[in-house]
Amino acid sequence: MRRIISVLLENEPGALSRVVGLFSQRNYNIETLTVAPTEDETLSRLTVTTTGSDKVIEQITKQLNKLIEVVKLVDLTEGAHIERELMLVKLKATGSQRAEIKRTVDIFRGQIVDVTSSVYTVQLAGDSDKLDGFIQAVGTSGVLEVVRTGVSGIARGEKVLSL
Amino acid sequence: MELLSGADMLIRSLQDEGIEYIYGYPGGAALHIYDALFRQDKVKHILVRHEQAAVHMADGYARATGKPGTVLVTSGPGATNTITGIATAFMDSIPMVVLCGQVASHLIGEDAFQETDMIGVSRPVVKHNLSVRHPEEIPEVIRKAYYIAATGRPGPVVVDIPKDMTTPNERYEYSYPKKVKLRSYNPAIRGHAGQIKKAVDMLLAAKRPVIYAGGGVILGKASNQLTELTRMLGYPLTNTLMGIGCYPASDKQHLGWLGMHGTYEANMAMHHSDLILCVGARFDDRVTNATEKFCPGARIIHIDIDPASISKTVEADVPIVGPVDAVLKEMLALVKESKDKPDPDAIGSWWKQIDEWRAFHGMRYETSPDVIKPQEVIELLCKLTNGEAFVTSDVGQHQMFAAQYYKFDKPNRWINSGGLGTMGFGLPAAMGVKLTHPDDEVLCITGEGSIQMNIQELSTCKQYNLPVKIINLNNQALGMVKQWQDMNYESRHSQSYMESLPDFIKLAEAYGHVGVRIEKKEDLESKLKEVLAMKDKLVFVDIYVDRFEHVYPMQVARGSMKDMWLSKTERV
Ligand SMILES: Cc1ncc(C[n+]2csc(CCOP(=O)(O)OP(=O)(O)O)c2C)c(N)n1
Ligand SMILES: [Mg+2]
Repeated sequence: MRRIISVLLENEPGALSRVVGLFSQRNYNIETLTVAPTEDETLSRLTVTTTGSDKVIEQITKQLNKLIEVVKLVDLTEGAHIERELMLVKLKATGSQRAEIKRTVDIFRGQIVDVTSSVYTVQLAGDSDKLDGFIQAVGTSGVLEVVRTGVSGIARGEKVLSL
Repeated sequence: MELLSGADMLIRSLQDEGIEYIYGYPGGAALHIYDALFRQDKVKHILVRHEQAAVHMADGYARATGKPGTVLVTSGPGATNTITGIATAFMDSIPMVVLCGQVASHLIGEDAFQETDMIGVSRPVVKHNLSVRHPEEIPEVIRKAYYIAATGRPGPVVVDIPKDMTTPNERYEYSYPKKVKLRSYNPAIRGHAGQIKKAVDMLLAAKRPVIYAGGGVILGKASNQLTELTRMLGYPLTNTLMGIGCYPASDKQHLGWLGMHGTYEANMAMHHSDLILCVGARFDDRVTNATEKFCPGARIIHIDIDPASISKTVEADVPIVGPVDAVLKEMLALVKESKDKPDPDAIGSWWKQIDEWRAFHGMRYETSPDVIKPQEVIELLCKLTNGEAFVTSDVGQHQMFAAQYYKFDKPNRWINSGGLGTMGFGLPAAMGVKLTHPDDEVLCITGEGSIQMNIQELSTCKQYNLPVKIINLNNQALGMVKQWQDMNYESRHSQSYMESLPDFIKLAEAYGHVGVRIEKKEDLESKLKEVLAMKDKLVFVDIYVDRFEHVYPMQVARGSMKDMWLSKTERV
């Protein structure tokens, strides 16, 4: 099953490499990984999406917790949560394609953020399925370049991941 | 406050940490530190002949004393030479701090002379590693390193020290922190009371219980609690290779050790049990054999300080995360005050069954009228040293024979590389023990293959007068490899034959020690006595043993715990 694990990490050099190293060393999957500093400058927030049986996920969380620089973590998929990913796509946009693409972008609530005579650059945020859906809708043949940030997530309601 | 250079702060920190000995080897990036070492006499430095040996020495010291060992090496090759030793300590959860020189900060990343990214290289085989970024941090980094190494599930910690952190004439205020606090590192200090209660209820209701204890009992200094609980319950106990000595081997409740080369009765009792109390062990593949066939009728209580060890390979029914000594103490109290007692009929018939298994096989081997059997050497050594020696071993058949036939009644005396299986461990580990236990007998049981992996340390033994006894069970082969080739590759002995062995006697003499060769069975006892009588000499005893011997019992690959070869021809 796909899981989103959110980690508060000491904002220290080398901490990220321990997390990444752990995944490769123990043969766990990383589908996406995002990391950035938080409002507390001593902490980074890292989100990793991974897949595995319940047993593997349990090991992943335990092994992550064992890393000295991991302060706290939560498996967001255990409860209600919001996940978002940002995508920038360059699409071939000439002639009648231009209006068609514009319509699709509107339906997906994206924005065209850059325009040339033959290319649209589209920005789109949402869960990963929505981003996949957009690519499908515009058709891969018109896609020139895709860049995705990977998933960030947060729990719904009053639950917070903090010190 | 005192003003000290980074190098002096480092050495002072070691003094304030109570470190007596460090094992190491100098080089460019560590020279400021070596100079600081020279100008004091509290911390004693042992100069090895290869950095790997320094780590194994620190490791042997740590295993015998329960205190963290300390290593000091230079950057680059000095640091990379420690990796096998660090990985050895990591696999067996041995507390240790490895201080590594590093090129100066401004050179890092420029492929400078003797630059290696030691933080990166060591990362998968350390509990943690730290780099010094400012000389003022040194006392705190050192305190942290020892704190992390020795608490929770112990392990090796590497400290990377760029040369400019130790510059002699830049001085800073020194004070050694009494305590460190890490917000993200809080090892458990007691187990969950509800889980402990549940475990005790299950234990008292069990009909075919087995206690399965591991190295965690020794590391957690919980042998007394374990022994008391086991005796109070009257249940059978088996331990892992790493747990040898955590419970007296001569006691009748002790079934010997379990797993790949464990006793018949221990493996049978595990397989047929209805309840396993696992204390500080980790269901390693050398114990469980095929996990899907593991102990089908058993419920499992698992006590461990490391939550990640629980339900990693075998699912636990009652997990208890906590220090083994504290948890066992609480269990003892509950057993004492409980109205329920173990069911005498059930436990009685369980023991009857176990005794039948014991009588069926037990630990045995066939003797020969003229060839020396490796097992009899070990039995004899055990007798001649009253089972009280510190015994280190290398890796191979000799290791298994030593573990099977030397009976340890005390913890910390059986010292081997169980997790990584590092050939070359035995001699330096023995040196680490002898240094701090000069009045105890220290035996290194080795093979002619393994001993050659760190034989240069005979020179260190000369320099520091470390009269260990090296017992070379010379079968003129990489015996364990050969055994597997006999069993699985129709005896095609690919590269397992030790051709052109050195004359170990002359070699020992060349290093300034005594060499004794034993070839005839009738000489064995008298010569071993002579060897043990040479208290202040390192003696290299080269014993020609049966070249065709195999280690048994041996679990059948991918079988259950109870599927074993008992000899070359008997399979159960
Ligand atoms: C560093 C290292 N290399 C290879 C091995 C694989 N190995 C395990 S046992 C063994 C043979 C050891 O031979 P020896 O020391 O003579 O012991 P014996 O089995 O003959 O008693 C080997 C090569 C190992 N454990 N460690
Ligand atoms: Mg051999």
